[in-house]
Amino acid sequence: MIEVSGLTKKYGDVLAVDDVSFSVSKGEIVGFLGPNGAGKSTTMKVLTGYLAPTEGTASINGHDIIDAPLAARSAVGYLPESTALYEEMGVVDYLRYMGRMQGVSAADIQGRIDDVIQTCGLGTMAHKDISQLSKGYHQRVGLAQALLNDPPVLILDEPTSGLDPAQIVEIRALIRRIAEEKAILLSTHILPEAQNTCSRILIISNGKLVGEGTSDELLDMVSGNEQYSIRLRGGDGTLKKLEDLRGVHNLVSSKEGSELTCTLTAEKGTDLREQIFDTAVASGAKLLELSHRSTSLEDVFLSLTGTTGRRGASADAEGGSDNE
Amino acid sequence: MSKIATVWNREFRSFWLSPIAYIIIIAFLALTNFLYFRTFFLEGQASLRTFFDFLPWTFLLILPALTMGQWAEERKTGTIEPLLTLPVTEWQVVLGKYLASVTLLVVILLLTTPLVLTVKVLSTNGIDGGQTLMSYFGALLLGASYLAIGSWVSSFSDNQIVAFILSLAAIAVLLFLGLPFVTYFVEGGFSVLLRNIGLTTHYSSLGRGVLDMRDLLYFGSVIYLFTFLTTRMVESRKWS
Repeated sequence: MIEVSGLTKKYGDVLAVDDVSFSVSKGEIVGFLGPNGAGKSTTMKVLTGYLAPTEGTASINGHDIIDAPLAARSAVGYLPESTALYEEMGVVDYLRYMGRMQGVSAADIQGRIDDVIQTCGLGTMAHKDISQLSKGYHQRVGLAQALLNDPPVLILDEPTSGLDPAQIVEIRALIRRIAEEKAILLSTHILPEAQNTCSRILIISNGKLVGEGTSDELLDMVSGNEQYSIRLRGGDGTLKKLEDLRGVHNLVSSKEGSELTCTLTAEKGTDLREQIFDTAVASGAKLLELSHRSTSLEDVFLSLTGTTGRRGASADAEGGSDNE
Repeated sequence: MSKIATVWNREFRSFWLSPIAYIIIIAFLALTNFLYFRTFFLEGQASLRTFFDFLPWTFLLILPALTMGQWAEERKTGTIEPLLTLPVTEWQVVLGKYLASVTLLVVILLLTTPLVLTVKVLSTNGIDGGQTLMSYFGALLLGASYLAIGSWVSSFSDNQIVAFILSLAAIAVLLFLGLPFVTYFVEGGFSVLLRNIGLTTHYSSLGRGVLDMRDLLYFGSVIYLFTFLTTRMVESRKWS
């Protein structure tokens, strides 16, 4: 439904999007993940016809964005990053205007408005002015607007930015609910969002597509390690035996009174939990704690985007407060 | 066509949702009536000439306020992005917005009819209906030209106040060009050219009650040129 090939966008001499190709088909929710300024919004602006590509092209629902811009735009519901609405208008009035502009006929418009108000949970706010709405309801009006002509493709730029955790959960559920019949491309810089909501993830960094796949496939792209945190009491020589287990690279331990804490690093793809338990029991030690952590998507993200530190990959659920 | 009407409808109604339309109308009517009736009784003659002579100047102060926000505000709040990603052409949006401001101009002109009726009642030998109608037509074309220039300035400005001042300056240039105190200083042929480029020449020609194709063509060209430039300006964002 969305086909992008060799898309490049330059702002003057600055390369914002560099030869990006991907596709999104019906029923898919594709997450566009990248640090701020990676080129997510620019790509979306090109796809919706707000900006023209410097090179390459794209088509939406079979309509080329350059040769048939109006047909392509009719097939897209778009929620821009800014979610700018006409503050002076009433909610219903605004939806009627946007619907008519999208080509919904005068006869159908009221039914469509009722539908999207229902879908987006705007019932209690329908008769207020937009200026009276909170940030979360602004976002919902923006989403409602994108759904008015029931487009086959949705492009949502940071749909959950600036929302509180409860609202984020609601918006995600809403997106999943409408996803079945549509092709959805949504951008985010919040990892759990991509992981929870999307069936496939595109990672973009400095305008280039650096990774693509389901979150499991992406995890395979980066060779990582398995890590185990272990806490033991008693059992002399347990550490030595643990170190000799197959695939163990490294063992760091510290002793606190009678308790022994250690971190064990092992080869990727092995699961040593049962063996650790058996080893501890066999040498007479009491196992107090055992936890396992493998490479996270966050590690993948950081390694693919070359980002140092944790900025742009924050795992906080209320992320997006750092809008640019 | 229906898209243009939809834009027109929203824009026209949004004038009334903010205080801007009321302020502009009150300011315009107060200014016009004050300027007119200040000298009305001195002259002792009921004529509408001074009223129509003042219009290019009252319009100059008032009409840029109608268009200053037309694009500047959309750009500042960001609503321009959802607007221009709708299945509409830039031309349709430009035209819808422009026609909404022209409609408000028509409302403003209609609100000056009490002044005209007053003069008609007070005057001993009546007023020339045909000439008055033609003067109104000239005023409409003049105002519509101001609005086209104002739209264009607004399309490349992010700030309403800047748009207001720049529009005022741009219109003033076109207004001054045809005035005697400018044409007086230049030589023969060039002076004729300047007079024909200037707005006032064509406006006063219509005000004399003469419908001349050249004047219609002139105003038509100004309006077309600036709405065309506005469209190109709005489109230019794509290649920024």
